Amino acid sequence: MAPAASPCTDPVVLNMWHPIAATAEIRPGRVHTTQLLGEAVSYTLDRDGQPVVWRADPALRHGMGVDAARIGERLPVIDRFCFVWTSYGDPPDRLFSIPEFDDTDRRTFAAASIGVHTSAPRAVENFLDMGHFPYVHTGILGVEPHTEVVEYDVEITDDNEVLATRCLFYQPIAALAATEGQITEYTYRVPHPFVAMLYKTAPPDPSRMDAIAIFLQSVTEEQIVAHNFICMVDYTNTDSELKIFQQKIFGQDKPIIENQVPRRLPLAPRAETPIRADKSSIMYRRWLSDLGITYGVIPEAA
Amino acid sequence: MMWHPVASSADLIYRTTYHAQILGRELVAWRADDDAVNLWENRCLHRGSRLTLGVNDGAELMCRYHGWRYANRTASCTYIPAHPADAPARSVCNRTYPVAERYGLVWGSVELEAHGAAGPPAVDLLEAGSAAPLRAIAVNAPPPVVADALAGYRFQPSAAVTEGTGAGDDWRSYRSPEAGWDVSVVERDDLRITLRAADSDDETHLVLWVQPVDAHRSVIRGLLDAPPPAPARLAVLRHHNHRLSRLRDRVEEQAALESMPEPIQVEIVPVSVELAGMPELGAGRRAPLRVRVARKWAAATDVAGFELAPVDSPLPGFQAGAHIDVHLPNGLVRQYSLTNGPGESGCYRIGVKLEPESTGGSECLHETVREGDVLAISVPRNNFTLSRASERTVLLAGGIGITPLLSMAQTLRQSDLDFEMHVFVRDRHFLPFGELVASFGDAAVEHRSLSPLETASEIRRILGGHTHSAQLYVCGPAPMIEATTAIADELGWPEESVHFEYFANPTEIDDSTAFDVALARTGLTLRVEPAQTVLQVLRAHDIDIPSSCEQGACGTCLASVLEGEILHQDVYLNRSERAAGDRMLTCVSRATSDRLVLDL
Repeated sequence: MAPAASPCTDPVVLNMWHPIAATAEIRPGRVHTTQLLGEAVSYTLDRDGQPVVWRADPALRHGMGVDAARIGERLPVIDRFCFVWTSYGDPPDRLFSIPEFDDTDRRTFAAASIGVHTSAPRAVENFLDMGHFPYVHTGILGVEPHTEVVEYDVEITDDNEVLATRCLFYQPIAALAATEGQITEYTYRVPHPFVAMLYKTAPPDPSRMDAIAIFLQSVTEEQIVAHNFICMVDYTNTDSELKIFQQKIFGQDKPIIENQVPRRLPLAPRAETPIRADKSSIMYRRWLSDLGITYGVIPEAA
Repeated sequence: MMWHPVASSADLIYRTTYHAQILGRELVAWRADDDAVNLWENRCLHRGSRLTLGVNDGAELMCRYHGWRYANRTASCTYIPAHPADAPARSVCNRTYPVAERYGLVWGSVELEAHGAAGPPAVDLLEAGSAAPLRAIAVNAPPPVVADALAGYRFQPSAAVTEGTGAGDDWRSYRSPEAGWDVSVVERDDLRITLRAADSDDETHLVLWVQPVDAHRSVIRGLLDAPPPAPARLAVLRHHNHRLSRLRDRVEEQAALESMPEPIQVEIVPVSVELAGMPELGAGRRAPLRVRVARKWAAATDVAGFELAPVDSPLPGFQAGAHIDVHLPNGLVRQYSLTNGPGESGCYRIGVKLEPESTGGSECLHETVREGDVLAISVPRNNFTLSRASERTVLLAGGIGITPLLSMAQTLRQSDLDFEMHVFVRDRHFLPFGELVASFGDAAVEHRSLSPLETASEIRRILGGHTHSAQLYVCGPAPMIEATTAIADELGWPEESVHFEYFANPTEIDDSTAFDVALARTGLTLRVEPAQTVLQVLRAHDIDIPSSCEQGACGTCLASVLEGEILHQDVYLNRSERAAGDRMLTCVSRATSDRLVLDL
């Protein structure tokens, strides 16, 4: 086990954007405190509803009232895709893009923020994985005997994202709006080392794709908050129903990924046994190695 | 080597898993239905999932994450559901640790060299075999500290214990709280302490072990010698549970004041280089269909019947005599004839004989594959076709060779064509698909327990009773087919009326020659070197021809020969077909000339 809360020294990770809270859940004028990369950060909304983030100050405890205008030393902040993102370093000007976010008829919101005792890369890898559907999401996202993962494509795009396409899987209830079993086509995207997204056919309008993402907040190397984001085409279900569906699926994943040993993702090729269904994981691990990420992973010995 | 108790035998409950740990290493312990106890690394080789979350089905342990299954005793992976088609033919095997049961405890060692060595050390005191395990007590303290405390543990001889003895005193005191308790350390060996409690009338021995869970965590396990029978036993066990719990509280309280050692870092052993690479896509024999094992049953002694239902799309049609390639979870490919009758298109049925000399094919289907599993199979191919244009058909089967003939018999019956079926079996328990055979009534005759000579004479009698307008189909062991074709020849049966199908090619294949193969239509000339087959060379140049058994028995890879002398090494072509010299099986046959011209 790694020391639980040693502050992050990985320069790549320090300079990235990290999600810390769903914007809609912040009470304006109140101090909220959370942990990011082993250190405490506080945040609130100012009078204009804009998020303000700073390194936690013992004098401004969680729950206290605060006038955001009086916060001096602030951390960088972006309010994007329903979440507040911050950084301890010098983050890029822009976050990755989700073009579907701008569709006005989509149901777009923060679906849940769930603590998980694992590393961010383990959670990303689980999100990219179809082989577990019949065993972990039995009767919903998969069911025996439809266990086969057929060949799919995976690449690193020009934007330096991991992209897996042509991913096909039989699903009994692919989404809440689905009425019968179907072969669902997925596209997976890793646009940020600790963010995974999927696109899948929207049952009410097969010409469009639902987009679902997890934005992972690394509390420590081995403890995360998984922020679920959905951007769906669904004309019938309530927000609450969509959230409950998402939480149910994630609730099935949680005990599984909390029981992977080791918790940090091993990047050495001989650490685990890949099969062809794991092409996207293999690509993701190599990509993390190439980016020089050391936080939340066990780097390949030099 | 060090053996440590890791569980009570009673902890390994029917079809469950148990989390054990020695010196920081997490282990999964589970008992199979054959009573074998397994102690493995608690990690699926695939993605590191704890196998204690898995499902013990009595013969295998299935990982909860992706359904990988590991076999009892060997821990070798038998099934990877994500790739039923092209299971990598390589060995995925979890790490097993030495394990033994003794005195009602389960013992393990994390020293791999203990494998096969003598079991845990004997305790003379316990050899009488009446010891009772105490309830295990987990303690958050370093093992040596716990062992030292146990040396001061005090208790009463069992005969002196009644309900509540020694339970009413100060909770901090586990050392000699009451006057007159005489307890001595008989033996102390590192983490094992033997104590003796005595009073004027009785004495009781207690052997205690500290299971070193980690540098900072321990479990106390104890065996009480000569425990009294129930209900007195319960009071004695409570006596110890109560007092050892107190000891635990006291030890933890003290340990909390001192600095705890760091947890032991256990090394996760890397998988082999071959396993680390991603397997290539399967090439060669194709298996486009996915079927689910809908039913598996004992079709006779040593014969398993399998009903294979479609997973996605309906199954393609087939003809009587057809076979499929079954791609097994262990990477092998085997051929099995369909036993289906005409129009039975909802599923395929096959019969699999467990071969004593199995190289892993029939054994895998018998031992590993179970109902619900997905298998990849080829489309049905028929190289053993049934003519329906004959007045009478004779079907001759040896044992499991009955399978294609069952399909033929049902077809003939459906068409009201005259046939007789003869089945040669060791005894009635060895008759595969007996119910189906019985449904043919007088048309099916069973011949039991005949010697090879008696079999030959019976075949001679059967074949002698027919005019030569009949058609003969024979399938069985190679000696039987050879005898039958020889007898038919002697009796004047025309060669084209005698059809046979071998299970396997008994010929010893000569692949020592080198020659050129010219492809008339493709315009290529390829060199076949020694130890290569024509089929392999064609495939290597992207010339696709179907194949199935790849040993010269099934006839799938047949090619037309335009020029050159053929060295036939198959058992598919009959004598005149060979003599014609215009066809060859590319998987085994070669050239005796320098060059062959194929119509490809």
